[in-house]
Amino acid sequence: MSASIDALVNKEYQYGFVTDVDADTIAPGLSEDVVRLISAKKNEPQWLLDWRLKAYRRWLTMTEPHWPNVKYPVIDYQASRYYSAPKSVKPLQSLDEVDPELLKTYDKLGISLTEQKFLAGVAVDAIFDSVSVGTTMKDELAKHGVIFCSFSEAVHTYPELIQKYLGSVVPYSDNFFAALNSAVFSDGSFCYVPKGVRCPIELSTYFRINAADTGQFERTLIVADEGAYVSYLEGCTAPKRSTNQLHAAVVELVALDNASIKYSTVQNWYAGDKDGVGGIYNFVTKRGKAMTNSKISWTQVETGSAITWKYPSVILQGDNSTGEFYSVAVVNNKQQADTGTKMIHIGRNTKSTIISKGISAGQGQNSYRGQVKILPKATGARNYTQCDSMLVGNKCGAHTFPYIEVANNSATLEHEASTSKIGEDQIFYCKARGLSTEQAISLIVSGFCREVFKELPMEFALEAQQLLGITLEGSVG
Amino acid sequence: MLTIDKLHANVGDKEILKGISLTVNAGEIHAIMGPNGSGKSTLAQVIAGHPGYDVTSGSVTFAGKDLLALPAEERAQHGVFLAFQYPVEIPGVTNAYFLRSAYNEVRRANGLDEVDPMEFLDLMEEKLKLVDMDPAMLQRSVNAGFSGGEKKRNEILQMAVLAPKLAILDETDSGLDIDALRIVAEGVNALKRPDNATIVVTHYQRLLNYIVPDFVHVLAGGKIVKSGGKDLALELEAKGYDWVLETA
Repeated sequence: MSASIDALVNKEYQYGFVTDVDADTIAPGLSEDVVRLISAKKNEPQWLLDWRLKAYRRWLTMTEPHWPNVKYPVIDYQASRYYSAPKSVKPLQSLDEVDPELLKTYDKLGISLTEQKFLAGVAVDAIFDSVSVGTTMKDELAKHGVIFCSFSEAVHTYPELIQKYLGSVVPYSDNFFAALNSAVFSDGSFCYVPKGVRCPIELSTYFRINAADTGQFERTLIVADEGAYVSYLEGCTAPKRSTNQLHAAVVELVALDNASIKYSTVQNWYAGDKDGVGGIYNFVTKRGKAMTNSKISWTQVETGSAITWKYPSVILQGDNSTGEFYSVAVVNNKQQADTGTKMIHIGRNTKSTIISKGISAGQGQNSYRGQVKILPKATGARNYTQCDSMLVGNKCGAHTFPYIEVANNSATLEHEASTSKIGEDQIFYCKARGLSTEQAISLIVSGFCREVFKELPMEFALEAQQLLGITLEGSVG
Repeated sequence: MLTIDKLHANVGDKEILKGISLTVNAGEIHAIMGPNGSGKSTLAQVIAGHPGYDVTSGSVTFAGKDLLALPAEERAQHGVFLAFQYPVEIPGVTNAYFLRSAYNEVRRANGLDEVDPMEFLDLMEEKLKLVDMDPAMLQRSVNAGFSGGEKKRNEILQMAVLAPKLAILDETDSGLDIDALRIVAEGVNALKRPDNATIVVTHYQRLLNYIVPDFVHVLAGGKIVKSGGKDLALELEAKGYDWVLETA
């Protein structure tokens, strides 16, 4: 059995390539001038520049937090470039006008902005580095009144919506990285679903960090108006790089009364080589605010990044609101993860479900950190938390940091946790039935993650299974 | 079909099999009996390819192939089936999915087309009846929360689905009550064909009342010390293993 570990092919990160497109990049370093420059390049209105500057000035007064269970070398914020955009960006009438190099990039990443995607029913808002290029199917969505465009575009076309909701769930003062993001965010997605509308297609966004040392600071805002429903998929890839890249995104979700937002992520950022060198730092703030009778559901499969540090959370503001968090986080080789969720129960009869599956392999360190907070007026609150860890091999680690704060005695909370190890017995049992070692591991791990995978939209579920298989290759011995 | 020639095998530094030789032909049922620690389960697992054992010398030929040169999954694909003494649990993976994956893998290895879930369910219907199992059990996780009897019947169900050329039943009767024993035995008997063979590893003669062997071998101290027909099992029952060891 042990022969398979070292002998197995080291799957080169298959997305490790760089596009040679002339990028319009500014010099490294961060200052008020850089913030003004970014805003000017995007032709932003004064109110947004003011907001960025407030965030920047606030950031200067903050200290970088070091409480997570992860280790990384000191980040030099002056060494990164804070803007990079391909020169060929103008509003496009058709895909023929897109730089062919860019299109090739999308092809390699498996994204096609063509009719095939349309038939598959997915609207793709493809982001190349910091600026969006084309948005398909706007017309289809427009029929239903759904707005789905780049954040930059929304600033110009729907400023009142941006002004109303930007920072309403994650204020710029929220934390160090949110402040940084608010000051220098590049672009992202904006989605607004009108009252009573069920968005007919699953929305999706792809990212890529290209130019060296460009931190990706994307900003996404999704608003589901009363009674609306939207399902959003986020999947990322990034090329091979030797210097660490910081990805400090902010995602805000607003679900008004009786609305529902489903946000799914399959994250496969470059994790660094097997010695942990060069991977992406994924320090993200994701939060949703749920009003009366509404629901926000986060589903994530995190297999990449050198370090993952994120807590997609739900503020259960409205009565009868529901928050859900389903997560599979994998760490292999020298990856580290400190991830989990926060469910803040404010309204009455609110409910939250947390299902977290952590898989550690190689020398990976995986920490679950979750907070369930029941405020004094949150009568009838219910929470179910299930936090399972699977250890593959003898050198990895799994850690759990649950925070439970209950200030109302009518609350019901359940917390279950388990730790298991993939046994050689399980693998032999599968092999004795004709399955290879790889298939066996894939099967056992999929079984472990089943409750989470079944929350993912179909196409993502398949990608997630494959990713899991690739990430865990050569880990059992 | 199966020829074992002077097989020696270790667990770590300890030699367990000390020169086993055995021939099993198509259409035959062989019973392997013997006291605890004699190496019965070891033999079963070495044939199936368990990684915890090292073969130090000897050979195993199956359908003309050098079985020891193949990894466990290829042995299964070629038609060797081991019914585990302690079936393993795989939480989160349904019996249906596991079985279909195994079935398709074996088919693929033999150049046949895979079957889709619907075709597979049709196939399962009749197999389930064979072991008197409720179809609902297909949606439960593999062996998770199964009683001892259910686990053993699940092994026979898998055997029915995979239709092996050589089935090795490793103490399939341990932990079974009378009714479960009968069901398991009936299942095994129903699967018997002139072109397949079965090796039944057991302590007790009881199972052999239902699965009647053509040959009985007594394993003691890592070697086969006596072989005979089905009457040998009855003699053992009456006289105990000490008798065999004395007369061996």
